Amino acid sequence: MTRPAAPPPAARAIARGDRRALARAISQVENRDPAASGISRALFASTGRVPVIGITGPLGVGKSSVINLLIGRLRDLDLTVGVVAVDPSSPYSGGSVLGDRIRFDRRVDDAGVFFRSMASRGELGGVAAATREVTRLLEAAGFDVVLVETVGSGQVDLAVRDVATTSVVILVPHLGDEVQTLKAGLFEIADVFCVNKSDLPGADLARKDLSELVGLGRPRSGWTPKVVLTSTVQGIGIAELWTAIQEHEQFLERSGGRIREERRRLAAEIVDLARERIGRELAQQLAHEKELQALLDAVVARRSDPAGAAERLVRAVTRRR
Amino acid sequence: MGKADRPSPIRVLIAKPGLDGHDRGAKVVARALRDAGFEVIYAGLRQTPEEIVRAALEEDVDLIGLSILSGAHMALFPKVLALLKKEKASDIPVFAGGIIPDEDARRLKRAGIKAIFGPGTTLEEIVSTAHRLARTAA
Repeated sequence: MTRPAAPPPAARAIARGDRRALARAISQVENRDPAASGISRALFASTGRVPVIGITGPLGVGKSSVINLLIGRLRDLDLTVGVVAVDPSSPYSGGSVLGDRIRFDRRVDDAGVFFRSMASRGELGGVAAATREVTRLLEAAGFDVVLVETVGSGQVDLAVRDVATTSVVILVPHLGDEVQTLKAGLFEIADVFCVNKSDLPGADLARKDLSELVGLGRPRSGWTPKVVLTSTVQGIGIAELWTAIQEHEQFLERSGGRIREERRRLAAEIVDLARERIGRELAQQLAHEKELQALLDAVVARRSDPAGAAERLVRAVTRRR
Repeated sequence: MGKADRPSPIRVLIAKPGLDGHDRGAKVVARALRDAGFEVIYAGLRQTPEEIVRAALEEDVDLIGLSILSGAHMALFPKVLALLKKEKASDIPVFAGGIIPDEDARRLKRAGIKAIFGPGTTLEEIVSTAHRLARTAA
C-alpha cells in the first residue's frame, strides 16, 4: 500500500457542491480517464450512506415520467436528488440518443436536482459499469437520494440489483398473464413493483397478479415486495411509491440487510472490475499479436474451433504475465 | 487504466429553443450524429435558453446544436451564448440549424455561433462540421 495522496482538487470541489466539477468527473469516469480514479478514491470513504433507487422495466412503461414525478415528490419533501439515466449505445456505431431528459421538467433554477444522461457503452445488463461510480459521485456531491434509471429492456435487466439499495420494477397493464410473473429475472429483483399507466383498463388485474406473486413469498431476504399503482398522466400514486421505497429502506436497516447487500454489491463490483481488466488485456492481445491473428485465421478457415482457440489464448496470455 | 480502445464518444446536446413544434429536423440530425458515433443528449422541444445551458453543463457536453424554425433565433441564440459566457462555458461550441435568413446568419456567426445549416444541408456536412468543432474545442 502506498501512502494516501492528498485528495485531488476536483474531489474537494465536488464535495463542496461544485456542479461543473461533478459533471466533468462523471465524464472522466465514463471515459475511463485515469484522473477519475484519484477522485473516486478520495471520495469513496464518504459514500455508501444514501438510498440509491434503481428504476427499471421494459421499454415504454414510463420510467422517465415516473422519475420526473418522483423528483418532484422528493423536492416537496425538501430532499435533494441526483439522477443518472442510462440509455443504450448502438452496437454498430457506438453512438446513442439519450432521451430521458425530455421528461425532466424541474424548474431551471432548482439547484436541489442534478440530472445526468449516460450511454451504456456496450455493457450488458442495462446498467453501465460506470454507473456505480457515478452514483457515488452524486452522493459525495451531497445529494440526499440517488435515482438510477436503467436501459428499458426486458427479462435480463438484472444488474440494477448490483447498483441500487432499492429496486423498483415498473410495469403496465396487459404485459402478460401471471405465468410471465413467475419467470425468472425482472420479477425476482423487485423490492417495489410499480404498475404505471394505471388509468388504463387492466391495472387492477395486473395488481392482483403481482400481489399473488409476491404472496408466494421470497425466501431470500424476508421482504415482501410492495405493489403500487401509479398514473403519471393523472399524477396518481407517486407519494405511495415513495412510501413503499422508504419502507424497504427501513426494512434494510432493521434486518441488517443493508450491510449484507452492500457486501454483495461490492463483491460484484470488484469481480466486474477485475474481469474488465482481464477482458481488455485479452482483447488487446487478440488485436495486436501476430500469433493470435494466426489463431483467428485458423478458426475462420474452420481448421480450429472457437473454444479451442480461446483455450490457447488464455494459456498464451497467462504465460506472459 | 488508460483510454479505452475506442476513443471516447463526443457528447452533443440537441435542443429546440423557442415555441415552434417542428422537431423532425432535430431528430434527423440527432439520428445521423448517433450513427456517426456521437452520444446525443436529446433535450427536445420548447427549451428555454436557461434550460439549454443547464443541460449542457450537467451533461458536460462537447458541443451544442440548436434547431429553430420559429424565427426567434435573433433573440434566443444570443441569449444562449450570453448564458454560456456567464457560466464561463464559452468553450462549448454552438451550431445551429433551421430557417435563418443569410443576413441573420452572418450576424449570428459574428456573435459566436460556429456554424449555421439551412435547408438542403447534407447530413454528411453536419456530421463532419460537428466532428471538426468538437475537435478544435477540445
